[in-house]
Amino acid sequence: MNLLSLIPPVLALILSPLLLGVINRVKARFAGRRGPPLLQVYYDLAKLLRKGAVYSRTTTWVFRAGPVVGLAAVLTALCLMPLGGVPALWKFPGDFILLTGLLGLMRFAMVGAALDTGSSFEGMGASREVWISALAEPALLVALATLARQAQELSLTRICAALSEQHWLHTGPVLALVVVALGLVLLAENARIPVDDPNTHLELTMIHEVMVLDHGGPDFAFILYGAALKLWLFAALVTGMVIPAGSLSPWPNLVAGLGGVFLVAIGVGVVESVMARLRLLIVPQLLVGAGALAATAFLLGLK
Amino acid sequence: MGWIEFILVLVVLTNLKLLASSRLGASIRVVARQGLILGALPLLAHQDALSLQHVALAAGSGVIKGGVFPWLLFRAVREAELTREVEPYVGYLTSLLAGVGALGAAFWMGTRLPVPVEVVSRWLVPVAMFSILSGLFLIISRKRALNQVLGFLVLENGVFTFGAGVLVETPQLVEVGVLLDVFVGVFVMGIIIFHINREFDHIDTDQLSALKD
Amino acid sequence: MILALLIIPALAGLLAFGLPTPKARRALLLITAAIHAGLTLACWRIAPQPILRGWLALDEAGLWFLSITSLLFLAVAVYAAGYLASESNPRSTDLEEGFLFDNVPAAVFVGCLLLFLTAMTLVTVSQHFGLQWVAIEATTLASAPLVYFHRHPRSLEATWKYLLICSVGLALALLANFFLAMAAAGNGPNSHSLMLSELVARAGELQPAWLRAAFILFLVGYGTKMGLAPLHTWLPDAHSEAPSMVSALLSGALLNCAFLGIVRAQQICVAAGCDAFAGDLLVALGLLSLGVATIFIVGQADYKRMLAYSSVEHMGLLALGTGLGGIGVLGAMLHAANHSLTKGLLFLTAGNILTRFKTKSAAHVSGLRQVAPVTGVLWLTGFLAITGLPPFGIFLSKLTILRAMFNGGHWWIATGTLLCLTLIFVGMARVVLNMTLGEPPPTTASSSPPEQPWEIGPPLVLAVIVLLLGLAIPGPLNTLLTQMTTTLGGGR
Repeated sequence: MNLLSLIPPVLALILSPLLLGVINRVKARFAGRRGPPLLQVYYDLAKLLRKGAVYSRTTTWVFRAGPVVGLAAVLTALCLMPLGGVPALWKFPGDFILLTGLLGLMRFAMVGAALDTGSSFEGMGASREVWISALAEPALLVALATLARQAQELSLTRICAALSEQHWLHTGPVLALVVVALGLVLLAENARIPVDDPNTHLELTMIHEVMVLDHGGPDFAFILYGAALKLWLFAALVTGMVIPAGSLSPWPNLVAGLGGVFLVAIGVGVVESVMARLRLLIVPQLLVGAGALAATAFLLGLK
Repeated sequence: MGWIEFILVLVVLTNLKLLASSRLGASIRVVARQGLILGALPLLAHQDALSLQHVALAAGSGVIKGGVFPWLLFRAVREAELTREVEPYVGYLTSLLAGVGALGAAFWMGTRLPVPVEVVSRWLVPVAMFSILSGLFLIISRKRALNQVLGFLVLENGVFTFGAGVLVETPQLVEVGVLLDVFVGVFVMGIIIFHINREFDHIDTDQLSALKD
Repeated sequence: MILALLIIPALAGLLAFGLPTPKARRALLLITAAIHAGLTLACWRIAPQPILRGWLALDEAGLWFLSITSLLFLAVAVYAAGYLASESNPRSTDLEEGFLFDNVPAAVFVGCLLLFLTAMTLVTVSQHFGLQWVAIEATTLASAPLVYFHRHPRSLEATWKYLLICSVGLALALLANFFLAMAAAGNGPNSHSLMLSELVARAGELQPAWLRAAFILFLVGYGTKMGLAPLHTWLPDAHSEAPSMVSALLSGALLNCAFLGIVRAQQICVAAGCDAFAGDLLVALGLLSLGVATIFIVGQADYKRMLAYSSVEHMGLLALGTGLGGIGVLGAMLHAANHSLTKGLLFLTAGNILTRFKTKSAAHVSGLRQVAPVTGVLWLTGFLAITGLPPFGIFLSKLTILRAMFNGGHWWIATGTLLCLTLIFVGMARVVLNMTLGEPPPTTASSSPPEQPWEIGPPLVLAVIVLLLGLAIPGPLNTLLTQMTTTLGGGR
């Protein structure tokens, strides 16, 4: 094991809440506000961790397991993701399928916990979450398959390493389509505008937020942290394919990767500022559209 | 990866957009854009031996497909006082999925029919096929006469893609004839749409059902 | 000569849009039709020279279909001139629902008729696949206003279906042309040529995959226009809603033009040695058309629609004959002529019936023999001729096609065809006999106008020709048919 490979997960663990802070800061700037401090999410996490949890008498172990399993799954997934030319902790052919599987497990744990409460609101949120992810997952898989096909490699680390400027020169349209598809999946999977609104407090319009209404204290801290890590994961994925891991030495590469991740966060903030949330009925169109883009890219990329 | 590929990807995207689009005006604009984009295709395909005729043809098809047709169709929309909804028989999502399926089928066909001559891009045949399939799908899955005309235009664009991109030496006479025929065809269709609107107060073809066995 | 055949009707057509008086327009129509027929006749004596580097030339098949078109157009022109003269009132009452509607202005009608003739002539003389496509598309565009002559919702519906379905079919046929060029590409410089003669000469070098794909698309594309099931859906609507003389032209001349397009494609397949593939497809579509036509003819309540489905049936027979090859091709070519003339006769007669009974429903027509004696006789004659009874020409051509089936040992096809033909005979007999015999409805009997010469003259002439073709085929015709059959792969 390469000690260098420990750096990306550690960076993610430390810096991922900052991503949410950056997004909020960008949105505030667009709205002409000063906005919360960049480190606000850290304060929230600390506050939540200090509190105790309250559990409803109707819930079972499923409810308590949800946040833990979810956090564990996303942590495992982080170990598969390279950053800025630094190889991932684990890499093996086909690991991108494990990645989507782990994301699925995380979602399953959350949905199970939400359903366990027996509340109608949480049930509705769970239903919507599953509905949206069922549409987003094919898009993600096809997009990853296209990348694998383009790079002629099967593990995330090698894919990111193999994608070079040459690929962009020769099959630019294909990669551009994949980036757009991945971007849409990123917004959907992380419950961002235009799919979901992380700030809304009207239960009927919420998707992700409504699922976690009953969680409190450390459980909610786990969920919040897990969400931040998931955002980091996707940002790293997009960065990995857009910024070619060139011939630079590891450290500048790593800095470039980090910069890319934060650029993605800024991008998300801009999207959230300039777009309105879509009607729920339009959301599937957006995601199927993402799938269509990914499929188009896959077909165009066939030799 | 040159400009041709860029154009072809745009054609694919416009087709997908059209399949998912729920607004009449947006659909017309998408088709107009597609026509404009395709106008550049003859120029790019003949890069090494560009003649005045090619330029004239490209300009003619660009002006007609990107300018005259949309103007004609928008006029029909205005005069018919249409609502803006497309009103499909097949929903937008299903249409989009069908589009992706059609794209796969088009690429499969592309592998079954290997081009015997050197072509400017290996995407040409599949993309042309895809336009043809989407056009056919749009014609059968939309109620509005206007949308059926749009489907026909997409179909025609697919044939044009094949002709202009793959066949480097089609006789000018035939190309001009084809362009003229399409132009008159759409013109006549526009007139008929106007009449359908006057007679029926709408242009939903599902109301055109008096004649059957 | 060829140039004159094209330019005269084209100029006359354009002129017709501008002529101020109705009388001049009618005269123009008649004179042009007569000149066209005369020129066509002259082509039989002196073979015209190819022009435009061989793009326009008259080969045997072209001459054959040109003659059919020209003859039928002359008959229709006489009928139309009389019709327009009698139709002085621009607003008419809808025959079925009783509301008022306008007709298309006579200038537009005559102009489009003549342009339609030009386009059809161009189809028959073009030796280049691309040009032929342009011409066939032009026939659609020129005839769409004709179908919409009576401006009411039903004819509008028919026109829309006609225009859209045929345009889509023809777009596919255009693709077929490109595929054909693709099949020819890669064989050296200038190999993209779509000239019929060059393609036939180098048929062996064509890429089989592209050629087959091209033939399928030709069959689908021109088959739509020709009215082969299951692509025939526009045909009954357009034929029943168009004025009767236009229906006669659509059925007798336009369908043939599309058929010629398929024949040209078949010609190349024969030369390239994949005629078995093409033949099987043609036979399959032909049988399907026969079957569909049978189903809709039996129990058909509208006599114009019945005639339209009869056209589907006969187009099926043409496809069958061409697909079977051998003597079947000869039968199909002869059948094309017989069918056109007979169908022209029937549609013109149907027009006479429509003006008297003011309904297209067969159940409301009876006693035709007393209301209009000559029309009644012509209607019966047409029925006997179209169902293939001797001594009319169709008997002969149907027999030839059937013989091709027996020669080839296609017993099942022959059985199916015979079954369909018998059912169609019974189905049509029921309708036609009920219409001709019996007592006329009292209102019709009293108010019905006497038969005008223009009403009965053209169908009468057509009937005589069909009868003569059944009795004997003149020498020049016979030579032409044999030559044509050889080039179309019937010589084996």
